[in-house]
Amino acid sequence: MLAFILRRLAQSIIVMLVVALVAFMLFRYVGDPVAGLVGQDTRLHEIEELRERLGLNDPFYMQFARFIGNAVQGEFGISYRLQQPVTELIVSRLPATIELAFASALIALVFGVVLGVFTALRPRTFATGLIMTLSLIGVSLPTFLIGIGLIYVFAVELQWLPSFGRGQVIDLGWWRTGLLTESGRRSLILPAITLSLFQLTLIMRLVRAEMLEVLRQDYIRFARARGLSKRAINFGHALKNTMVPVITITGLQLGSVIAFSIVTETVFQWPGVGSLFINSVQVVDVPVMAAYLMFIAFVFVVINLIVDILYYAVDPRLRVHGIGGGK
Amino acid sequence: MSSLEPSTPVAAVAPPRSFLRRVWDSDVFFSFRRSPVTIAAALVTVLMVGAALFAPWIAPYDPFNPASLNLMDGFTPPMSTSMTGNYFLLGSDHQGRDVLSTILYGSRVSLFVGLSATLFAIVLGVSLGLTAGYRGGMTDSIIMRVADIQLSFPAILIALLIFGIARGIIPPSRHESMAIWVLIAAIGLSNWAQFARTVRGATMVERQKDYVSAARIMGVNPLRILIRHILPNVLGPVLVIGTIGLALAIIEEATLSFLGVGVPPTQPSLGTLIRIGQGFLFSGEWWILFFPAVTLILLALAVNLLGDWLRDALNPRLR
Repeated sequence: MLAFILRRLAQSIIVMLVVALVAFMLFRYVGDPVAGLVGQDTRLHEIEELRERLGLNDPFYMQFARFIGNAVQGEFGISYRLQQPVTELIVSRLPATIELAFASALIALVFGVVLGVFTALRPRTFATGLIMTLSLIGVSLPTFLIGIGLIYVFAVELQWLPSFGRGQVIDLGWWRTGLLTESGRRSLILPAITLSLFQLTLIMRLVRAEMLEVLRQDYIRFARARGLSKRAINFGHALKNTMVPVITITGLQLGSVIAFSIVTETVFQWPGVGSLFINSVQVVDVPVMAAYLMFIAFVFVVINLIVDILYYAVDPRLRVHGIGGGK
Repeated sequence: MSSLEPSTPVAAVAPPRSFLRRVWDSDVFFSFRRSPVTIAAALVTVLMVGAALFAPWIAPYDPFNPASLNLMDGFTPPMSTSMTGNYFLLGSDHQGRDVLSTILYGSRVSLFVGLSATLFAIVLGVSLGLTAGYRGGMTDSIIMRVADIQLSFPAILIALLIFGIARGIIPPSRHESMAIWVLIAAIGLSNWAQFARTVRGATMVERQKDYVSAARIMGVNPLRILIRHILPNVLGPVLVIGTIGLALAIIEEATLSFLGVGVPPTQPSLGTLIRIGQGFLFSGEWWILFFPAVTLILLALAVNLLGDWLRDALNPRLR
């Protein structure tokens, strides 16, 4: 167990180092870092002094080491566009993205499992056919079109829900939440649905496939022969066994939810890290881009690590395999 | 020895079948004929590609020629005549551009970017996959590790990043003219890993086979073995992933253009048109958004369905 975790940890650190290298190259070589700091009438020798003082003349590996040292302390420099420390910017916008991501993950998980179980238990009904067809169309539709469609129906035509922003937010220390106000919760609904649809169809199809597979197995047949109630068989025995892969996939997808929130945040003008990143790409605000890259990579690596360890803890067969017994 | 001589072969008795007849009777085409959905998808694809190719001849107006634009034509609803007497089948936008014509030119840009990006991804992915699978060892692990890392991030994020880097490197005065090529490179580079992975697996299987050993013993140049002997045998799955990849690339391009980091506004793609149309959603001019969106959905769906069919038709085990 420990060896497994250590190996995964080492892999994660290597991935982070590679990403840090890319971020550093971005930071150092895309555009001149000094150009943003000096005016037009700065003398050449002053620029040279500044370079020396900032350590830009040091060898590559020293600069890289310093970059990593700063990154570990959460120091990514100052945004060219907004003239604020990048870390501060990201932290101030993080709650919006996290609330959006978790709300949509919740929607995807609840509806995905319910619909997946339903379509597996009643495979040959009209409703199942409809749900499966809709899910196929849902997967091939681009996220931003789904968002625009929802805005058109619920904000423009029906005027039930707001179409942009976060509504009223409340400060809880450094965390600004929209969950405690009526308008905040209403603003969350449309973006969360938009972001959840892709994951929802994924989870639904997975649950359905796993359920169909499990329901064919012998222990289900024996459970039926023992005269257990349908509910006990379907939910106590079958669903329980489908949950392991579902948890894995949901966990792994949480990272892409955060990445996909770039699109959703743009459509709904949601003030999260995704829209911060998009605005930075448009004006080549390199420190923000580098920091966002590191941040996303970190989220991905941590989630992957947690899911791997969870998987290992949940599925005993993996442990046997890991020790070297069995095939 | 005499039994080997061609004395009245059975095949010669049957009437010789034309090439078209053979194509018509082949397995792949048979499954095509049997599936009405696939036929519809193919029709839609052919129609759209044709319309995009011949846009300058089909389009009723030239939407990018400022001389022919008239602001008085702006916001004409679909199927009606504007104040200046111009007829717009799908309406006109805020600048008086015919929506139908912008869609025709827009799908041209979308298809061009999508196809070029997919082609780029295929060439890159297949060559790296072949190299990794054939060489093995260190080369293999480096290429595949990079592919693994890349595959764990969503393609759109990678494309955005590459786009951002390219923007930083290219001088601002050339952003407009380079944008489309940067976009193709970004989408292509974000999608190569799929191809590399598939081709590598297939190559590792093929290189064990006798014909490769035979070629190697005969002293055939490794590059020639890879291209002439192994490549044709691993191309089947590439075709399938390529078709589905084309649908993904079209959507990716539309998303990037929608986010405002794609093609320049002077050369709008379907994504740009949707971005423009979104601004008029609240004021009731729905057609500026609606028709480009429907075109994009139809195009992506049709190509996706073709890919699905191709996967089933080329893989008899799934039948």
